[in-house]
Amino acid sequence: MSRDVTRRQFLCIVAGCAAAAATGCSDFTHTALFRDNFRDLSPAELKDILADLEKKHSATYGKQVTVGATPALDGVEFGYALDLSRCIGCRRCVRGCVEENNQSRDPQVQWIRVLEMDSEHGINLEHSDPYYDAEKVPEDGKFYMPIACQQCRNAPCVKSCPVGATWQEPDGIVVIDYDWCIGCRCCMASCPYGARHFNWGRPSIPADDMNPATHYLGNRPRPKGVVEKCTFCVQRVRKGLYPKCVEVCPVGARKFGNLLDPNSEIRYVLDNKRVVVLKSEQNTQPRFYYFFG
Amino acid sequence: MIILGQIAAFIVQCGRSVLQGRTLYWAWLGFLAVIITLGIVTYIHQFNVGLISTRMRDQVSWGFYIGNFTFLVGVAAAAVMLVIPAYVYNWKPIKEVVILGEMLAISAIVMAELFVTVDVGRPDRLWHLIPGLGTLNLPTSLLAWDVVALSFYLLLNVAIVTYMLFSLHRGVKPNMAVFVPLVLISIPAAICIHTVTAFLYNGFPAREFWNSAILAPRFLASAFCSGPAVLVVLMQSLRKFTRFDIPNEAIFKIAELMAYAMFVNLFLLGAEVFKEYYSDTEHLNHMLYMFTGLEGSTAIVPWMWISVFCSVAAFAIFLIPGARTNIPTLNIGCVLIFIGVYLEKGMGLVIPGMTPDTLGEIYEYSPSGSELLISLGILGLGSLIMTLLVKISIPIMLDE
Ligand code: SF4
Ligand code: SF4
Repeated sequence: MSRDVTRRQFLCIVAGCAAAAATGCSDFTHTALFRDNFRDLSPAELKDILADLEKKHSATYGKQVTVGATPALDGVEFGYALDLSRCIGCRRCVRGCVEENNQSRDPQVQWIRVLEMDSEHGINLEHSDPYYDAEKVPEDGKFYMPIACQQCRNAPCVKSCPVGATWQEPDGIVVIDYDWCIGCRCCMASCPYGARHFNWGRPSIPADDMNPATHYLGNRPRPKGVVEKCTFCVQRVRKGLYPKCVEVCPVGARKFGNLLDPNSEIRYVLDNKRVVVLKSEQNTQPRFYYFFG
Repeated sequence: MIILGQIAAFIVQCGRSVLQGRTLYWAWLGFLAVIITLGIVTYIHQFNVGLISTRMRDQVSWGFYIGNFTFLVGVAAAAVMLVIPAYVYNWKPIKEVVILGEMLAISAIVMAELFVTVDVGRPDRLWHLIPGLGTLNLPTSLLAWDVVALSFYLLLNVAIVTYMLFSLHRGVKPNMAVFVPLVLISIPAAICIHTVTAFLYNGFPAREFWNSAILAPRFLASAFCSGPAVLVVLMQSLRKFTRFDIPNEAIFKIAELMAYAMFVNLFLLGAEVFKEYYSDTEHLNHMLYMFTGLEGSTAIVPWMWISVFCSVAAFAIFLIPGARTNIPTLNIGCVLIFIGVYLEKGMGLVIPGMTPDTLGEIYEYSPSGSELLISLGILGLGSLIMTLLVKISIPIMLDE
């Protein structure tokens, strides 16, 4: 008897659903309450869960929603580089990200935070302002630094999660199972980049604006009480598309690609420009680099 | 069979002691019932709308609940650590002190765990923490370690108290071969729970304010101030309201120990203050936010100064032998140090640790009405547990 089966049966007993136990308990495990950790799901279970989710979200948003679970591709490790001398702080990446990734509009959740900094202070978070007016950019004496999840190689968020609800995929993307997270927010305390965001209230997305092409570990609609963050647009990049922010940036400040491919754009940046990572003393070893083009 | 009968009789007696009491007892229970009910009603609301009913946000993602959790783990730890001096000095009422301490520990741990429960976004998924059923992320997650340590400690204390009371109830001497090892394990376990809780904070290098090597020693020192303060007051009310006889010497011995603890506590705080202010790096911001306010944000400053004032005043009282062996001044000192440590752990640890946040933003957090009511409800529930435990144990211990 596999561990999963025992676990499920136990839950049935706990829930007092003798009938469900008798029928193999199959309906029961697929409700969010008794769903297993994503990494422990059998292919059959995963298939059922994805179908359930598609049905549920299609009904909620009144359109055909797909929930994929495309795994990491072999020989791929994603990397990102951002050109600080080009960024003008227009926050179009923020908007693109919100729309692509189905972030809650009210209460507002935004995975990318653009900081306005004084040229005179250099990169100095303590003197930064995230609430500048994007209508007036770029302002004299200022420069802009967008920050989202740095997809750390040595990720403190993964280390601190008590239930293993967040982990690093083989292509380097740190993901969260929104149906396993208990919402303790240890990962938020441990992230040095303020990259993780909590659903303090029930997230809301207007049905018209909802992006129906979703990934289980990425932009599918989230429940309240769990943590979310940038996934390099896992639903896009595993299909060979750029992350949305790369696509919408009007000045081409954002570069993305496969670190393992010597001919990729990201490799070009790493080989030909001088790059820095944010808070290197934290030893998080980000896959997100900043450079001055 | 006989043992089953005895268990039944034990339960009946427990029930009987709980149901008998003077008007004051019932008034106290009534009061607790009111605040517990208020807490539950407020929690149901929070459960439905989400943690948006608190004032925590992404910038300050832990607040009053986790502060209370930390404080109570300290109380739970210190209550049992008192067993050490009880043994060393061979106090007369040692058994009573031990049982009282363990009961306080039980109530404090229950409260601490409830504070975590109301803080998580998905209480319906807490079973993910149960090894075998869920996936407890050992060895890397410190919260996972904390869950293990606290659960073990709770079980241990429940076992000791139940065993002790049950033996006394049956009129047999507790088997020391069982009792003593259990108590001896509970002492390092007490140190363990508070150390692991300190390591939980300590293990976030992203938060400079907590990433200090003397954090765990500071936790232990402050716990050794606040935990015994509760016990000292508790012991006095016991001898007032019951036939329990607790000699002054036992209480004064505890007071003397508290004086040492207070010194260490203030000394460690001073060491931290020196390091931050003299180094004057960016990391000073957290301490500035705490003591003088930062860029006009001063919500927490008055509380921190009250805390410092209380701790220093209490130390002065406890330093003077005449003052700490005089019951009224001793009690004032206990209240002062309790307030001092409560504010320091409850607000002065978590909030400045997260303000400014990792990207330098200052978000002024202070608990919402909903957070306060839920917290009050939990404290009420803990007091209820403590009251009932004491109520049950007194006749048993006195009849012996
Ligand atoms: S940036 Fe934060 S959330 Fe992203 S991997 Fe690093 S620690 Fe985790
Ligand atoms: S909030 Fe969720 S993902 Fe983050 S540490 Fe807690 S359980 Fe893990």
